[in-house]
Amino acid sequence: MENMVDIYLFGKKYSVPDDLTIMRAMEYAGYQLVRGCGCRNGFCGACATIYRIKGDRTLRTCLACQTKVENNMYVATLPFFPLIKQVYDIEKIKPTEQIMMQLYPEIYACVGCNACTKACPQGLNVMQYIAYAQRGEYEKCAEESFDCVMCGICSSRCPAGISHPQVAMLARRLNGKYLAPKSEHLENRVKEIKDGTFTELLEALMGKPIEEMKELYNNRDIEK
Amino acid sequence: MYPEKFQKSLAAVEAAREANTAYEPARMTAKEKEDLLAAYHPDYKKSEFATLKIGANKGESVPHELCEMLQAHSRISASDVDLSDVAYDVDVLIIGGGGAGASAAIEADNVGAKTMIVTKLRIGDANTMMAEGGIQAADKPNDSPAIHFLDAFGGGHFAAKKELLEKLVCDAPEAIQWLNDLGVEFDKAPDGTMITTHGGGTSRKRMHAAKDYSGAEIMRTLRDEVLNRGIPVVDFTSAIELILDENGKAAGAVLMNMETKELMVARAKTVIIATGGAGRMHYQGFPTSNHYGATADGLVLGYRVGAKLLYADTLQYHPTGAAFPQQIFGALVTEKVRSLGAKLVNRDGKVFMHPLETRDVAAASIIRECSDRDEGIDTGNGKAVWLDTPMIEKIGGEGTIERRIPAMMRMFGTYGIDIRKEPILVYPTLHYQNGGLDIDVSGMTTNVENLFVAGEAVGGIHGRNRLMGNSLLDIIVFGRSAGKNAAEKSKDVKVGALTLDHIAKFDAEREAAGIVTDAVSPKLLPDYRRK
Repeated sequence: MENMVDIYLFGKKYSVPDDLTIMRAMEYAGYQLVRGCGCRNGFCGACATIYRIKGDRTLRTCLACQTKVENNMYVATLPFFPLIKQVYDIEKIKPTEQIMMQLYPEIYACVGCNACTKACPQGLNVMQYIAYAQRGEYEKCAEESFDCVMCGICSSRCPAGISHPQVAMLARRLNGKYLAPKSEHLENRVKEIKDGTFTELLEALMGKPIEEMKELYNNRDIEK
Repeated sequence: MYPEKFQKSLAAVEAAREANTAYEPARMTAKEKEDLLAAYHPDYKKSEFATLKIGANKGESVPHELCEMLQAHSRISASDVDLSDVAYDVDVLIIGGGGAGASAAIEADNVGAKTMIVTKLRIGDANTMMAEGGIQAADKPNDSPAIHFLDAFGGGHFAAKKELLEKLVCDAPEAIQWLNDLGVEFDKAPDGTMITTHGGGTSRKRMHAAKDYSGAEIMRTLRDEVLNRGIPVVDFTSAIELILDENGKAAGAVLMNMETKELMVARAKTVIIATGGAGRMHYQGFPTSNHYGATADGLVLGYRVGAKLLYADTLQYHPTGAAFPQQIFGALVTEKVRSLGAKLVNRDGKVFMHPLETRDVAAASIIRECSDRDEGIDTGNGKAVWLDTPMIEKIGGEGTIERRIPAMMRMFGTYGIDIRKEPILVYPTLHYQNGGLDIDVSGMTTNVENLFVAGEAVGGIHGRNRLMGNSLLDIIVFGRSAGKNAAEKSKDVKVGALTLDHIAKFDAEREAAGIVTDAVSPKLLPDYRRK
């Protein structure tokens, strides 16, 4: 027999098995989800959720697909949060401190309350990556924010109106495009292919009868 | 922490770890692989397939669940829609907001075409977002497109359409460069050298990654770029029927708002189906690693207007889906875990196969271990085998797991399992649709003009099995190419009068074949409500 717990979906009480995630519990209760459900595996940030356990003042946040139900859990989902995303041309901007000041000046209004970090369902140090962004340290900001799923919970808790996930997105693109070291072997290979260096070899291979291809495949040398 | 019932087996795995880490298991011979697949791979289970009675692939077999959707009724009849009331009029209509759709949109925009994405959930709600392990490209000095071709062609059982695979491998390095130039962060050494590893069935280390968030990093960057360009994204809106023009060419789609159910007409000069996979069809009752909307919609849309499918009878079961705890049952455990050195171990602590066989072989081998050999561990949700993750730290040093596969560490950590110290339980999960709509090298379907396809909805690029890291690659290569070609083609297209006549035609075919069904398609979303 399943152990049942009481949960409250948008205030309404349902009895559900205690081993379900919040998302599965909503479905168990009869919801056919359209909003607030994406990858169901903790990567897409669609199922941002706020909850409180009866008798506890703390407001908790999570991803509904990654969190088990508890008894007396009051649940509200946050399937959309109005983040501000600024538009820019990645080819024209430069990885300078000024670009953050231009696009996301509100980050300098951070009051250091750390509510963003406390709310992050990925356990990221959100306030720290915003501090890096303020200083134009995009490589550090990119690394610190890397596991961000852009659910927007941090922004929902921010008194300064910062759209943290979008700030981090910009920092990562600046880092990936401009700051990370270039890959010489990649540039060489693209050029070689354009020059037709491999065309003959590949065509010769493709022209071989299947039996010969099988022979080649089954005896190919595999890098250790 | 695992419950008591696993402790005995865990002790055996731990006791053998030292020796197992050093042990180099032999790879299977071609004959061994063939026999294993025939006996244990789900694709070979004839009772799970049905024969199509109508449509372009009449007489061929596909999974029961897909057969039902392909032969089902449309969600509408022609009289439900006023085709003269055009809500969206564009050059290129892209159906699907995943990696292929977003890549196509960016390239179509580069050509100057008026482009629009329609997606039934949000842009980025896609299997791309969930691809963890990496993306292949032969860009190291010891590698070449020809070696990449042979790995993929052999791994796909010599069934790929050669010209598609040729394009895949030759455009691969440029695809990586394109992503890097958009700002995608790849794992690199301080001198810029890409950090690359093996995947199952690769003969060179050509797996590029962004930790184990490779797909997420690619997807969020593409999405950001689509938004920067101001390309319209109509979200929470599904395409439920293609529209042809009087000359039988693709000319748009009937759209449905997923929340209000309002119907709208989108007219287009060219249409790109980029709807992704089918894991949520749960073929043969398997759990899936796929996102919520993976329901083979594009195959259904295409099939109803006469487009041909290729290899729709072959699915990929990823060997390592999470088997415990049940909250993450079926979730993907990236192949990168094995690339980094973890081996598959049975109940008694024995390594039963080389960890980097191709996915179909590895899945079949795990199924054998858990069935006829009875060497699986009973999880309460079926049988499973161990994937001995602590080996990774033994080989790569302490900290390797946190640095290279943080998402895996987090996923299991949520349930109190520290994968640095304890192994994990895995069993195959429905992962990828090898087959799909048949295209030529330009990305257009072979028999419906102006209808393009890109991404997982395509069949034939990989043959009958796909290697790790070739799917992220194919959505970029063929997504970009479909976008470019559909945009170029749209310049010369004069759309004729729109029609939905194909619906009645398909109905007549169904009736003539004597098929009785209440089913409607596309499925759009699975229904997980308690029955």
